[in-house]
Amino acid sequence: MTNLKPTSEPSVADSAELLAETSTETGRRPRAGWRMLLPTMTPWLAIGLGLIIAITLFGLIGPYFVGDPRAIRDMGLTGPSAEFWLGTTQTGQDVLAQLAYATRGSLQIGVIVGLLATALSAFFGIYGAYRGRIVDEAFSLFTNVFLVIPGLPLVIVISGFVPAESRGLWTIAIVLAITSWAGSARVLRAQTLSVRNRDYVAASQVSGERPWRVIVVEILPNLLPVIASQFVFAVIAAILGEAGLSFIGLGASNSSTLGTMLFYAQNGFALSLGAWWWFIPPGLIIALFGTGLSLVNFSIDEIINPKLKNLRLHRKRARRAARLERELAQATRRNGGVPTQTAKESAR
Amino acid sequence: MSYFLRKIGFYAVALWAALTLNFAIPRMLPGNPVDILLAKLQQRGGTVTPETREAYALLLGGDDSLPLWRQYFDYLGNLVQGDLGVSVSYYPAPVSEVIGQSLPWTVILVGLATILAAVLGVALGAFVGWKPGTWLDSLIPATTLLAAVPYFWLALLLTYLLARVLGWFPLQGGYDVVLTPGWNWEFIASAITYGFLPALTIVLASIGGWLLGMRNMMVSTLSEDYILTAEAKGLSPRKILRSYASRNAVLPSVAGFAISLGFVVSGSVITEQVFSYPGIGGRLLGAVSNNDYALMQGLFLFITLAVLGANLVVDLLYGLIDPRTRARS
Repeated sequence: MTNLKPTSEPSVADSAELLAETSTETGRRPRAGWRMLLPTMTPWLAIGLGLIIAITLFGLIGPYFVGDPRAIRDMGLTGPSAEFWLGTTQTGQDVLAQLAYATRGSLQIGVIVGLLATALSAFFGIYGAYRGRIVDEAFSLFTNVFLVIPGLPLVIVISGFVPAESRGLWTIAIVLAITSWAGSARVLRAQTLSVRNRDYVAASQVSGERPWRVIVVEILPNLLPVIASQFVFAVIAAILGEAGLSFIGLGASNSSTLGTMLFYAQNGFALSLGAWWWFIPPGLIIALFGTGLSLVNFSIDEIINPKLKNLRLHRKRARRAARLERELAQATRRNGGVPTQTAKESAR
Repeated sequence: MSYFLRKIGFYAVALWAALTLNFAIPRMLPGNPVDILLAKLQQRGGTVTPETREAYALLLGGDDSLPLWRQYFDYLGNLVQGDLGVSVSYYPAPVSEVIGQSLPWTVILVGLATILAAVLGVALGAFVGWKPGTWLDSLIPATTLLAAVPYFWLALLLTYLLARVLGWFPLQGGYDVVLTPGWNWEFIASAITYGFLPALTIVLASIGGWLLGMRNMMVSTLSEDYILTAEAKGLSPRKILRSYASRNAVLPSVAGFAISLGFVVSGSVITEQVFSYPGIGGRLLGAVSNNDYALMQGLFLFITLAVLGANLVVDLLYGLIDPRTRARS
């Protein structure tokens, strides 16, 4: 449903040295231990977190403050007013109330599918790459096949065969997870391959650690940022996929998500009747939430691929240098061509 | 050479997997599609002979007289002959005919829009990544908004603004219904007018991914030694941008075409629904809501086949433009 994909081919293996290099350049001490796993606060990250928190709160708390989303009134299709902030639907239902419940539903399915898909991709990506040889070959062939088979048509066909009455939340979640794990499994496999051959992994193998312990204790912590970023992608993909599925009427029965809202808006001719307040808010919430998650992912990308971080630091330094140069030039002009001591000082 | 053989081998496996999935899905899931289908068929005035029943059972399962492996091979045999069964919702047209009618619409729309989005996105990405740190570059995270927008919602929005409020384009359909489809100018012009909004939707929704990927690769490429060498040699920036940086940075975008195409096809299936476009996606959804299982399976096979085929072509081309992939194998 979306063409969001991992934006960089990261290499965890190089990150330690690069980070050290960066910190010597900036003259600060490298950030220690767990703090290396946290993204640096940038304006974009702040915006992303803000969007995510706001929408999550709306989905969690909103339903307690709005009225009954199903209540029917005899004031169909009225625009936003003081009583109904986002207007009403064709049957006089409060759009804002529906929006709050639908946001909750969409977030719920997003998180469930995100967790399921990440677990699947971790299994096929990390375990396969760790075992190597035939297992790796088989897993990676399996992954690649799943990657090229178009996901949504497959989901549509599967949902088409499942009778509507047995199409519950979990059915949809599992179907979406099965069709969306392959991309992250490939990324995780590449990462595991590079971590697997490190000396400390070999050391723990030689000292007789069991395979699952090597994976969980030695390999997994190094992959955490990658897994986090894949999880974020999986949540976006799941919310978008579920919305698409519900929009064509194949979502979970008796669920209310942003997709079902759009489905009813489309079937209630919201478009041709010009009821923009009915179909714009649900999509906007999806888009903003997706944007928030991708902005967070930008920051996670910087942890995975420190080259991107260097770029930002470089940009900052370049800006500072340009400012100082300007100041220097101004000072020079003011003093009739002789740079003063203070200007020289500040340029340093 | 072995690179090409391996690629063809992989897509053969993928194709087999898709065929097998198609065989397994109706058999694994609850419900009895054959009975529903035959009931529909009778409603439409079709006669249900034991042969029809057998043919559908082969496609969808539910026939226990034959062992599963026999069913599987008969199913594959039928597919090789191009026999996908009879569509119920377009009775008595066979499935292959219904697909044949709607295929050109989707191939042209999705194909053109995808190529356009890829070319534009890569060109813009190269341009933005070439000068990291400019104001243009700091706008890049904003393109994620475009990438996070659901295709069909963007379609709704564009229809509302451009078709309903401004009235520039028709609301839905694939061509002016008073015209008869054919290769005359009048019809093609109307098809272009009707196809503009769906195409714009696909381009807008998918361009962000291309742009971002290219921009990031461009930034990493610029720190390579050969770029420094090229600069030191005194080559003009334009030449470095075109012959050194872009050509190397575009490789992952080409390699990532597979993933992107899958997303674009998925997105366009639903987009077609918004515009009631007479393409594959609209037919697929129609088939689902009419319980026309034979058509549904046929369409899924065709979509998969098209995506696999396009990917195979791209992969083979990739082997040509990047000799390293051939050397590695």
